[in-house]
Amino acid sequence: MERAHSIGEVLLSVEGVSLAFGGVKALNDVSFDVRAHEVRAIIGPNGAGKSSMLNVVNGVYHPQQGKIRFRGQEFRDMDSHEAAALGIARTFQNIALFKGMTVLDNVMTGRNLKMRCNFLQQALWVGPARREELQHRRAVEEIIDFLEIQHIRKTPVGRLPYGLQKRVELARALAAEPVLLLLDEPMAGMNLEEKQDMCRFVLDVNDHFGTTLVLIEHDMGVVMDISDRVVVLDYGRKIADGTPDEVRNDQKVIDAYLGVAHA
Amino acid sequence: MLYREAGQFRSTYAEDQQIFPIRQDRIAIALLLAIAFVAVPVFGDQYWLSAIITPFLILALATLGLNILTGYAGQLSLGTAAFMGIGAFMAYNAMLRIPHMPIVGAFIVGGLCAAAVGIVFGLPSLRIKGFYLAVATLACQFFVLWALNRVGWFSNYSSSGVITAQRMDILGYPIDTPATKYLLTLAVVALMALAAKNLMRSETGRAFMAVRDMDVAASVIGIPMMKTKLLAFAISSFYCGVAGALYAFCYLGTVEPEAFTLDLSFRVLFMVIIGGAGSILGSFLGAAFITLFPIFLNLASKWLEHALGIELSHALVSNTEAIIFGGLIIFFLIVEPNGLARLWQIAKEKLRLWPFPH
Amino acid sequence: MTFFIEVVAGGLLAGVMYALVALGFVLIYKASGVFNFAQGSMVFFAALTFVSLLERGWNLWLALAVTLAAMVVLGMLTERIVLRPLTNQPPITLFMATIGLTFVLEGLSQLLWGSQPHGLELGIPDVPIEWLSQKANINISQFDLFAAFVAGVLVAVLALLFQKTRIGRALRAVADDHQAAMAVGIPLQHIWTIVWAVAGFVALVAGVMWGVRNGVQYALTFTALKALPVLILGGFESIAGAIIGGLIIGASEKVAEVYLGPYVGGGIESWFAYVVALLFLLVRPEGLFGEKHIDRV
Repeated sequence: MERAHSIGEVLLSVEGVSLAFGGVKALNDVSFDVRAHEVRAIIGPNGAGKSSMLNVVNGVYHPQQGKIRFRGQEFRDMDSHEAAALGIARTFQNIALFKGMTVLDNVMTGRNLKMRCNFLQQALWVGPARREELQHRRAVEEIIDFLEIQHIRKTPVGRLPYGLQKRVELARALAAEPVLLLLDEPMAGMNLEEKQDMCRFVLDVNDHFGTTLVLIEHDMGVVMDISDRVVVLDYGRKIADGTPDEVRNDQKVIDAYLGVAHA
Repeated sequence: MLYREAGQFRSTYAEDQQIFPIRQDRIAIALLLAIAFVAVPVFGDQYWLSAIITPFLILALATLGLNILTGYAGQLSLGTAAFMGIGAFMAYNAMLRIPHMPIVGAFIVGGLCAAAVGIVFGLPSLRIKGFYLAVATLACQFFVLWALNRVGWFSNYSSSGVITAQRMDILGYPIDTPATKYLLTLAVVALMALAAKNLMRSETGRAFMAVRDMDVAASVIGIPMMKTKLLAFAISSFYCGVAGALYAFCYLGTVEPEAFTLDLSFRVLFMVIIGGAGSILGSFLGAAFITLFPIFLNLASKWLEHALGIELSHALVSNTEAIIFGGLIIFFLIVEPNGLARLWQIAKEKLRLWPFPH
Repeated sequence: MTFFIEVVAGGLLAGVMYALVALGFVLIYKASGVFNFAQGSMVFFAALTFVSLLERGWNLWLALAVTLAAMVVLGMLTERIVLRPLTNQPPITLFMATIGLTFVLEGLSQLLWGSQPHGLELGIPDVPIEWLSQKANINISQFDLFAAFVAGVLVAVLALLFQKTRIGRALRAVADDHQAAMAVGIPLQHIWTIVWAVAGFVALVAGVMWGVRNGVQYALTFTALKALPVLILGGFESIAGAIIGGLIIGASEKVAEVYLGPYVGGGIESWFAYVVALLFLLVRPEGLFGEKHIDRV
């Protein structure tokens, strides 16, 4: 596949991470890395710990053991707010949009870390606050154009169909101009056409902005087509790690997840 | 016909961001402000000014404050009256103890003190939500009321507990007639409403609404929970504090704790619910509704007395009022949870097409 | 020392009263997930109706039966008019609806029966128990003890209801997830009517007990508000929590008023319970017996 940005050095490395909720072990000594500009997939059966893994990277959950290394810095107890500030953005399995606001407002919230004016300046709405708002509006409109959601920008998000909501969530994540984008089942619940659109957008993001992507996905066709490398989790453990072809033919993965086509 | 937007294009983002993007709205607001600032004080009936319109404006400001906290930021508060009380008492004390304190400065001092207390009682919101937070704000309401009553410093050790609000003047002009008090109130409320609108349409407002809608997600995209919630409490309490100071100085004429009981907190909450949570316009509509409704009820009961030739006791009327208020709250929550503001929006949508059916 | 015991005992028994009101809250919350702010006004309504019937010369048991019937009807009406239309709304909406209900009930009570305070006599005098005051010089009222006994019986009955009966299981299912309960065939509306009726009964008991102690007057609604700190301590879903929370609040409030009060000018009772609840919330947001709430994204 031709790409605008070639795969670079290791951007994120997960080392020996173990996570438990009470007695339930969600992750058990998982280690893998993600290189800059690549598209990395995490696959596995339900309950394997994929979302938990993303939550750990993103600071929502704190692992009991192990560490995360991002852009050279080491973390165990990063909180989600810090992760956002470092350039990690994500979308969620069950859409986490702000239902009371319009599409435009939702995407604008993605810019919050870049806004510098304090509330007093905003209350007065002159000079710096006004300029900043318009400047970020311009940036957000570009993302809205990129994801082709101009026609619904003033619609309250709660009224949109599922597929469009997912796109808005992607827009919000992109608004933060992230270095690493975590996508939790971005194509869940979509029909073929919507999936194709979403695939196109995801690849465009990687191509155009150079964003490194980590995505959880169940559709094997998508995974095999668009990812550079794949991690396979099962019951909280890593059972395979490699290119899509390597993983597809790995016996452990076939047993645990992929199965075999019957004649 | 009148309300068609055809031909009004917005070609820059700045135009799109205006508070009143439609030209007819701009004209209407200009007219309204002209009437409010010029016609009303000159031609208005003194009684209506002092007993109805001024308290309506003041309560609208308090409703605005509560709306910022509960409607926009989603933090339920039952302590509104306590913050108003702090504003009133601290404004009084500022006038009393600081020489040459201008009245507007005293209002600001009152607001800032209320904001400080708001931050303190807002700290629990970092750990608790929903009804639990409501109970925590009740703690604020009862504690503050007790303190204002018992701690002599607040009322300057007055033996009767009821203190008269000081004379006000601005740049030498005395503010002592219903008309001048009305104008001062109107100016303050108009400015603060504008500030509130600006705040709510910029990043602060979006952060508040994000916290309200899904605070875990908000935190994940980088919105700082603590700062945002405490800011909501601070700004809201500031507004309520100024409203309380206005309540004492421009309406009651006295500064007493009994004016700021739990009952007032509920009234303001009802204004938010009926007017529309999360709406600046809604705050005004709700305040108007709840201020005017008892008057309407009184008139209706007088008419009923007259028509049926019977005596309706005061208790009967006030109890009926309570029943109808409660009933209206339930009605609005069922039929239109977004209150009068949403009904207004729907009306405007219909007006855009009128007289055509679709 | 004996004075301290008296104060604490008095506080504990006052706490039992708070617990009775809190019990009604817990019932409704456990079964319908609604935080019924109107519980206090339900207590007021029940007490006022009962005492007004008594004053009109009605027989005690008849008055009790009729008031209970009124509370059941009130429960049914509330379910029909307030709860059913708001079935899938967020909890905060339901909470605000119950605030509206509070106003309706308070207005209605006073509209029907007037607003003067009434005294209430049940035949058990509010005098110190003989042998305790003789032997140990401690004064504990007979009536307070009776109230504690009644509360104990009520709690035992309710606990049995929830844990052992089929209806109790249905109630717990409904509290957890309305839609899931409907999906397995639990008749939501019947359950809610039952719950509100039972809560009404509890409100009646609480109202009668309070009424004897403090007289039936509008101030009763404020005392009923004190059930909220009790709930915070005890958790919103635990019957045992309501009792223990009530005891703690009652005792600590009394002790604070008597021992701290004089230093700060008195009147601590108006806010002490709430501040205790607030401090407690900061440490343990889900109460002593509540379940930890995990937010999943």
